[in-house]
Amino acid sequence: MTTGFLHPSAFLIAGALLLPFIRGPLRRPYLFLVPLLGLFAVLYNTTLSADNYGLMNFLDWQVVFGRVDKLSSVFALIMSLMAVVGTLYGLHVDRAGEHMAAWFYAAGSLGVIYGGDYLTLFLFWEMMAFASVFLVWFRRGPNSLAVGYRYLIIHTIGGIILLAGILLRYQATGSIVFDLLDVAHPEPFTWLIMIGFGLNAAMVPLHSWLPEAYSEASFNGAVFLCAFTTKTAVYALARACAGMEILVVLGVIMALYGVIYAVMENDIRKLLAWSIVSQVGYMVAGIGIGTDMAINGAVAHAVVHILYKSLLFMGTGSVLYMTGKTKFTELGGLHGKMPATFFFTMIGCLSISAAPFFAAYASKSMIITAGFEHHLNWAGWLLMFGATGTLMYNGLKLPYFLFFGGNRCSKATWEKAGDPPGNMLIAMTLGATLCILVGTAPGFLYALLPYPVDYTPHTVYHLMETLQLLGFAALAFFLLKRYVEPVDRICLDIDWLYRQAGRALLWLIRRPLQWCDTAWGEAYRVVGLGSLMTVSRFWSWFDWNAIDGVVDGIARGVRALGGKVRVLQSGQIQIALFYVSSLAAIVLVTFVVSQLL
Amino acid sequence: MTTLIAYLKARMKTVVAVCVVLLAVIAVASLLIDTHHAHTWAEQHVPFFWSWFGFAAAALIIGAARWFGRSGIQAPADAYDRTLLPCEEDA
Repeated sequence: MTTGFLHPSAFLIAGALLLPFIRGPLRRPYLFLVPLLGLFAVLYNTTLSADNYGLMNFLDWQVVFGRVDKLSSVFALIMSLMAVVGTLYGLHVDRAGEHMAAWFYAAGSLGVIYGGDYLTLFLFWEMMAFASVFLVWFRRGPNSLAVGYRYLIIHTIGGIILLAGILLRYQATGSIVFDLLDVAHPEPFTWLIMIGFGLNAAMVPLHSWLPEAYSEASFNGAVFLCAFTTKTAVYALARACAGMEILVVLGVIMALYGVIYAVMENDIRKLLAWSIVSQVGYMVAGIGIGTDMAINGAVAHAVVHILYKSLLFMGTGSVLYMTGKTKFTELGGLHGKMPATFFFTMIGCLSISAAPFFAAYASKSMIITAGFEHHLNWAGWLLMFGATGTLMYNGLKLPYFLFFGGNRCSKATWEKAGDPPGNMLIAMTLGATLCILVGTAPGFLYALLPYPVDYTPHTVYHLMETLQLLGFAALAFFLLKRYVEPVDRICLDIDWLYRQAGRALLWLIRRPLQWCDTAWGEAYRVVGLGSLMTVSRFWSWFDWNAIDGVVDGIARGVRALGGKVRVLQSGQIQIALFYVSSLAAIVLVTFVVSQLL
Repeated sequence: MTTLIAYLKARMKTVVAVCVVLLAVIAVASLLIDTHHAHTWAEQHVPFFWSWFGFAAAALIIGAARWFGRSGIQAPADAYDRTLLPCEEDA
């Protein structure tokens, strides 16, 4: 391997493997140290010149574990930072397995980001899927196991689609290098690779795993989940599929689909999960537009999205951790009981709503502007429409019905409600600070983006546009809020279809296929087995009477002869002399007679 | 902060009035800014364009979500169990 590159995944994987042996007072410092080492490794890698590092020859291929360039560096930076914040948030969790799963998951994401070939990518891609499912299972709720299995099945299918694309591409081009595909002339493998990435990005209609799994994850598992899978997929799409026009359409659909479901949703964390679908839609659309500004916008939005979404999941995770509840219809009016949580969640809400001087203000408008500048006005308008929706469900509905809007808590829930432990508050402070920092002074973020940035969000026009949009949308919300009052219902989604298909497959196996199998078994028993038994009986008779007869006959003859001979062997010398002398006399008499004749 | 919220909640009419005045100020101020960098004709020439857009989009989203939910998408919590094909584990 070439030197000079520090792979952060190595620290996280080694740290995870050693974690069960670190106990007692050393556990918490160790938990904080390992992801911090990962972050330092990434920071060190950003000082390297753009090149491929960590090269290894494997079979006929050269695999690249460390491709360092601006695109990989910015994603690696935010992912490793997220590993630190997420671990800090769950620092008090005793289960080593949960931290191990989270670190393997983060290691998978960083491995994909630094991977320069599809072999490395696929290895770490699957590591992400198999590690992250434990973050769902560790919730240990009544539905966790089933939800986790569904999550795993969907991601396995996505992995197979991706692998098929990789293999077809290798067959066609002889290359496993992970770089920009020829999106202007897509081949079947281009589509397969895009779909494989798209499933992890929760592209509609391959998105249903996300709201289901993220809302079912453990309180701190969701903080990791909300950051890694979809944004790693965004990275992969930006690397391989930039400029693929279909992504603009898919991105806009995601942005709007997520909005409608989030507005209807009763579960606070599922609302945020729907919000991920919507926000990742902006990134996917930006990648589809494919211009420098659009890619910059998509990457910047991915970075700030990780910041504010993790903050929001930390806020709602605190509610879950303290009260055990996640439904609006079982919560409400908590601002007085959980003031710090309310404060940090509000910063997350303002950030995702692209309120002036909060995180998404610096990124979302970049994608929309790129759409207009690329003469994709329909996309620009619809994304602006979706941005209004983001304010509706995330900027207004979530804080209003969770922290205000009447107390719907039971007595037990109300008594349990309160701000969470210190480490969770510190993690939220860190996230909130970064959200404000990025929104107010986005220059340091823009410096990390893959292309030179010729854009500033802090213009009077942008400010007035945003204030009008948010202000009057808020007015509409407060006038019409009775129509979005949460109700204790679930929202049926496209997953109903594939769950139905799964049940149909199960029915097919258990009924018609089982019947065919039984009928075949019976037919075999009656027809096949009967004739086989007749033939067997004949050969049994033949064996017994013919073959065994000959063998046994010889044996019986030998035994009879042996019996006779045995009589001769009495052991008495006088009898032996008698037999010998008699035999000698016979021989002598026979000889004499023959001579006389 | 809790005290501030309690203070504001006790004076809701004043809070609402201040918010309405703020909205009016924002809307009027939008007429005074330079719009020649705007991307589309509508932004440049329709007064209070983003105010209208924000209000209409929010109302439309609320209406669409309500219609969508009422059309059967919002269902009781056991809807999946009731509507999916039965399997032996369910029995």
